[in-house]
Amino acid sequence: MSALSDQLVTFAILAYLVAMISHAVEYALGNVRAGSARTAPARELVGAGVGGSGGAVETPVAAAVEARPSRSAARALIAGRVAAWLTVLAAALHLGAVVTRGIAAGRMPWGNMYEFVLTVTLIGAAAWLVVLWKQPSLRRLGLFLTLVMVLLLAFAELKLYVEVVPLMPALRSYWFIIHVSTIIFASGIFLLGVVPAAAYLLRAGWEQGRRSFPYTLARRLPAAAGLERLTFALHAFAFPIFTFAVIAGAIWAEAAWGRAWGWDPKETWAFISWVVYAGYLHARATPSIRRNVATWIAVVGFLTMLMNLFGVNFFFTGLHSYAGVN
Amino acid sequence: MTTVDDRPAAPPAGAPRRRVNPVLALLRNSWRQLTSMRTALILLFLLAVAAIPGSVLPQRGVNPEKVNQYFIDHPDLAPRLDQLGFFGVFGSVWFSAIYLLLFTSLVGCILPRTRDHVRALRMRPPAAPKRLDRLPQHAVLEVPAAADPAAVAAVLRRRRWRVTVRGNEVSAEKGYLKETGNLLFHVSLVAVLLGVALGSWYGWHGNRILVAGADNAFCNTRQQYAEASLGPRVDSADLPPFCLTLDRFEADYLASGQASRYWATVTVDETDGSTRTAGFSVNSPLRLGPANVYLLGNGYAPVLRYTDRYGRTQTSVAPFLRTGDQNATEEGVAAFPDANVDPKTGARAPDQQVAFDGLYLPTAPETAPFVASQFPAERNPAVVLVAYRGNLGLDAGIPGSVYQLDQRQIDSGKLTQIGDKKLGLGEKWTLDDGSTLEFVGTKPYITISVRHAPGQALMLVACGTLLLGLMGSLFARRRRVWFRVSPSEGGSPTSGSSLVEAGGLPRTDHPGFADEFAQLVAAISDDGRADRPAREGAE
Ligand code: HEM
Repeated sequence: MSALSDQLVTFAILAYLVAMISHAVEYALGNVRAGSARTAPARELVGAGVGGSGGAVETPVAAAVEARPSRSAARALIAGRVAAWLTVLAAALHLGAVVTRGIAAGRMPWGNMYEFVLTVTLIGAAAWLVVLWKQPSLRRLGLFLTLVMVLLLAFAELKLYVEVVPLMPALRSYWFIIHVSTIIFASGIFLLGVVPAAAYLLRAGWEQGRRSFPYTLARRLPAAAGLERLTFALHAFAFPIFTFAVIAGAIWAEAAWGRAWGWDPKETWAFISWVVYAGYLHARATPSIRRNVATWIAVVGFLTMLMNLFGVNFFFTGLHSYAGVN
Repeated sequence: MTTVDDRPAAPPAGAPRRRVNPVLALLRNSWRQLTSMRTALILLFLLAVAAIPGSVLPQRGVNPEKVNQYFIDHPDLAPRLDQLGFFGVFGSVWFSAIYLLLFTSLVGCILPRTRDHVRALRMRPPAAPKRLDRLPQHAVLEVPAAADPAAVAAVLRRRRWRVTVRGNEVSAEKGYLKETGNLLFHVSLVAVLLGVALGSWYGWHGNRILVAGADNAFCNTRQQYAEASLGPRVDSADLPPFCLTLDRFEADYLASGQASRYWATVTVDETDGSTRTAGFSVNSPLRLGPANVYLLGNGYAPVLRYTDRYGRTQTSVAPFLRTGDQNATEEGVAAFPDANVDPKTGARAPDQQVAFDGLYLPTAPETAPFVASQFPAERNPAVVLVAYRGNLGLDAGIPGSVYQLDQRQIDSGKLTQIGDKKLGLGEKWTLDDGSTLEFVGTKPYITISVRHAPGQALMLVACGTLLLGLMGSLFARRRRVWFRVSPSEGGSPTSGSSLVEAGGLPRTDHPGFADEFAQLVAAISDDGRADRPAREGAE
């Protein structure tokens, strides 16, 4: 069972990789949406009922370059759809990998960093499919998403892999399930949230007329306003779950270690992430703070989550460090 | 706290009137600055940044041994860092300053907002703007029957809007939960902080090792702890007088050596004099009324019987500490400071004290080297000891560790090594002077933390309300709608048909508002038994 799980992970990575290539083809072929923007209603261009502001800014340069009409546009559309279905396939394999791993271990598959990363990425991918289903116009973000998936999964398989082992007594508690599942869920959503956040930062720069390197990547991304809105929606969704997870962790720590909060490195970084994400929500609710500043805060929040996941397990030792690699 | 603004400054005698007292102006401006959202944001960030050294540098509250190690490794840097509080970041002046400022800012922001919100809750929804067609949502519908504002209001009330009717106008508002939730969230943050404060003032805790057996029972006094800390409002005399005896400790291991279950059974002599038996484990602490007992670790204390050269026997049951490897290799010391007292004279011989220093292996390998245990359970227990004789240095008044020999005594030659040996269970070792050491057996011990944390209940409740408030704040949406009912153009009131104009204003970002508005309009038009809305649009 555990070998099957390992194989499924490999296949999932391959599927994400092919999906990524397909997205890249869609991206390279161009410009199905920007090209048709002048005829199609603005709503279709930007999705989610966002006003047409994004499309309007794009056109002068883009339209000149992309005037070549439908042939490649149709191909791009096909490539994009294929990419989306490949992502579905990859996520299904990914799910299979997590489930078989859990069966092999005879417990929830969240006992160490490898399993943690495996599950967080699965949540991210699944949430992405939900977003995609609701707002198909955001499909091109899939390029970034599949890239993140391939990188994280490959890293997990190469660097974090450990054999299936049972849990230590300290982890045997229903609070383990509650705390870890919610942390994983929130992390998965935050992980997905960083994709539109980064895309927004690029795209907003592009829409403000920046034509230098990183911004040119954003030429064919969906309009900035929609990306920003998605970024916020994902973070607003994940934040209370994360908050709950931290509280559940404190309740569990009280039972297991005799103190609800002891500032061990993992707890300290959870606190930091929480404060930074609260800062993001505040910044976004404050009209005088520009949206790209707020979005940067969300990106920093994600970096602190990464620090907590990788940095703390590798660099520091604390009570939590048995969740790490060895 | 706008009250500061309202308070008239008493003008100093002779000073021109209406000049604002500069101190007061400064205070007022500082207060405004402090309670602004921007400042709160900056403070939030400072808080996050200030927490980082707490995870990078060892902290006294978390791991004092590592702090000592840091002092050894960085003799120049460490004292300076220490002065600045870097080994106790979360209690340091600067960290406290940041969060106290933040919470002052928070309170300064909650108070006026609560006042405004309560006011808003008491007020009726505001009157309709003159031109409803300027609002983000607008619709006009024709209702065949004479529409009644009261009927419109009834539809809205059924959908849990707050409604008020002014003449032919209906105003309604919904989503007060957003602000309520937001305030609840921020108040809960303050309550959590209060809980923390309560806990640190009135809480106490102590850690110690508890070896199995009635002779090793412990009672809850400060001296009985290896390490204890009492909050500033707690006195040693306040500790509730209960006692614990470890009757049994069970540990199950998987074939790989990984532990799968721990269970400690203790006899509790309660504060009220009653006695009971109780079990506890990792993840399920022993909850005595006045304190909780947590199982943090476990190990074995070898029972070593030393018979000195005069034939007098003493037994040591000293807990050996885990070295940290998977298979429970332990190290420790069994000291016999009263060895070799001449029974005739009764004179102590401080240079004839004896101690054994070494390892305990629950599962010793069959063949040498005997340096590490092969399994954490006791399958082939053995001690590997080095014997010392001389002055243990215990009388010098310098507190030493009971788990280590005093290295200075060894270095100065006052304590000398006289041999080493591996002893299996029941084996006896005869030393050069004819005295013997026998490895009789072991007793399990547990490491416990005893803790009284009074703020915890408050914190738990506050965390609950914090979450509720957070969800209200994030997911509720404040919005207003207005309906204006007028007789249809051309038709007279008696002809029955009337025109209803509707407008809607989302007061917070709300993508679903258009749909909700359309449904509302449809419901009202159904209610007026109209065929369909005459004109409906989102612009
Ligand atoms: C301890 C520090 C604080 C934390 C962790 C915190 C956290 C939060 C969170 C998570 C939200 C929800 C964001 C949202 O509704 O979009 C929020 C909203 C808000 N906070 Fe704070 N807050 C803190 C301090 C403050 C302070 C000092 C102020 C006042 C200056 C403040 C004013 C607000 C306001 C006005 C909102 C409403 C934003 C909205 O509803 O969209 N907060 N806060």
